Amino acid sequence: MAWTWFHRLGSPPYVYRLAQRLTPWFAWSAGIILIGATFDALVLAPPDYQQGEGYRMLFIHAPSAWMSTMVYTTMAIAAAVGLIWRIKVAHAVAASCATLGATFTAATLATGMLWGKPMWGAYWVWDPRLTFELVLLFLYLGYIGLRASFDDVQRADRASAVLAIVGVIDVPLIHYSVVWWNSLHQPASVMKLGTPSIAPVMLIPLLAMFLGCTLYFAALLLTRLRGEILRRERAATWIREVLAS
Amino acid sequence: MSALATAVLSPAAVSSPLDAARLVVARDLKLAFRNREQIVQPLAFFAIVITLFPLATTAELSRLREIAPGALWVAAFLAALLALEFLFRDDSQDGTLEQYALSGQSLTWLILAKTATHWLLTGVPLALVSPLAAGALGVPWEATPGILAGIALGSFALSLVGAIGAALTLGVKRGGVLLSVLVLPLAVPVLIFGARATQLAIAGQSYVAALELLAAMAVLGVTLAPLAAAAAVRISLE
Repeated sequence: MAWTWFHRLGSPPYVYRLAQRLTPWFAWSAGIILIGATFDALVLAPPDYQQGEGYRMLFIHAPSAWMSTMVYTTMAIAAAVGLIWRIKVAHAVAASCATLGATFTAATLATGMLWGKPMWGAYWVWDPRLTFELVLLFLYLGYIGLRASFDDVQRADRASAVLAIVGVIDVPLIHYSVVWWNSLHQPASVMKLGTPSIAPVMLIPLLAMFLGCTLYFAALLLTRLRGEILRRERAATWIREVLAS
Repeated sequence: MSALATAVLSPAAVSSPLDAARLVVARDLKLAFRNREQIVQPLAFFAIVITLFPLATTAELSRLREIAPGALWVAAFLAALLALEFLFRDDSQDGTLEQYALSGQSLTWLILAKTATHWLLTGVPLALVSPLAAGALGVPWEATPGILAGIALGSFALSLVGAIGAALTLGVKRGGVLLSVLVLPLAVPVLIFGARATQLAIAGQSYVAALELLAAMAVLGVTLAPLAAAAAVRISLE
């Protein structure tokens, strides 16, 4: 009995309805938190003693960077679950993650470049962390490209799952790149063991942005997942019931 | 030919995995020497790309020497990538891979054997030619051992990573460009440390640390890449 809730997650109609129910909760909480956090970050938080107002790029840059690797990890775990236990819904989750993750990665790179120009004096430096983040973008694009090149959904699912799992090696490379190499990029100030090396007035809006972005991702993922399930199950009869209601 | 492979490789006929691997290596070597395009084409491509660098930048040897590590590695990388097409394509088309999968031997092991053979046929010749190419770019002869070892090790790691990409794109029509998009991001560390080793070798400094990192990546590749490639081959056969 205890595991029935888990088994139901493998059923497309159940997951479709669950996603439909949960999406507004995630979307509204994300919206409220993001608006509050943005106000806190851009207006209430004091300017940095060294970087002045420019540091406020942090509040978009760091959450997108966190999302770019978190989404990849989610995608790889979903792909592994789908590959090992042959769960169709898990593959649909992985497929829905790819475009979102690529967008967050592109946002990370773009905000990082805009931040780098005033602070480092250049939009782009060939620094390990920047390079591996760019590699992550290529991995997402490769995943999307591989998926698109198969006509058969099941083969696309399984082949791209192998690629997603292999590509996971890039995630620790991004995370530890600032530790392993001499880097222009600053080391972690929040995502580390011990006390965060950032003042509470800046930390609170930053953590709120993290939370807001994660909820925003959840809302988008569930929406995309519904589209993905609809596309895959278009021949099934339950679709007609869902769309009629 | 391919229908025989099941019987020839079956555990009843070949009891030790080592013998099975030896059969696969011998077969691939024989095929490659009968039809030499697999060996010659990547080398010709490598030579042409190297030729492009002096034409596109400068004929001055002192300045060419500075870009030599990058030029050598980019050219070797692209040549190795081009050669990946040969790794599984023919065997997938004539059904040999399917017979390997059905033979009862470990597919992972057979793919490791195939990949190692592929490196012998493409990576090793590239490494042997690279000092010549380096010489053409104004690199002193003293750097030869470092360049040779670096490209040999790096191309081995690249063959292993590339095997995953080649296996994943097996069912794809015209998968050449896609193959590059899949493999290059995963192979970036190989390029970084390989070019570093070559750079140090040309500067006359100790390049052992960079070579050790390349070797570590090759070990990682030997242990993990054939597993992923075998999984991908099985998916392509479904």
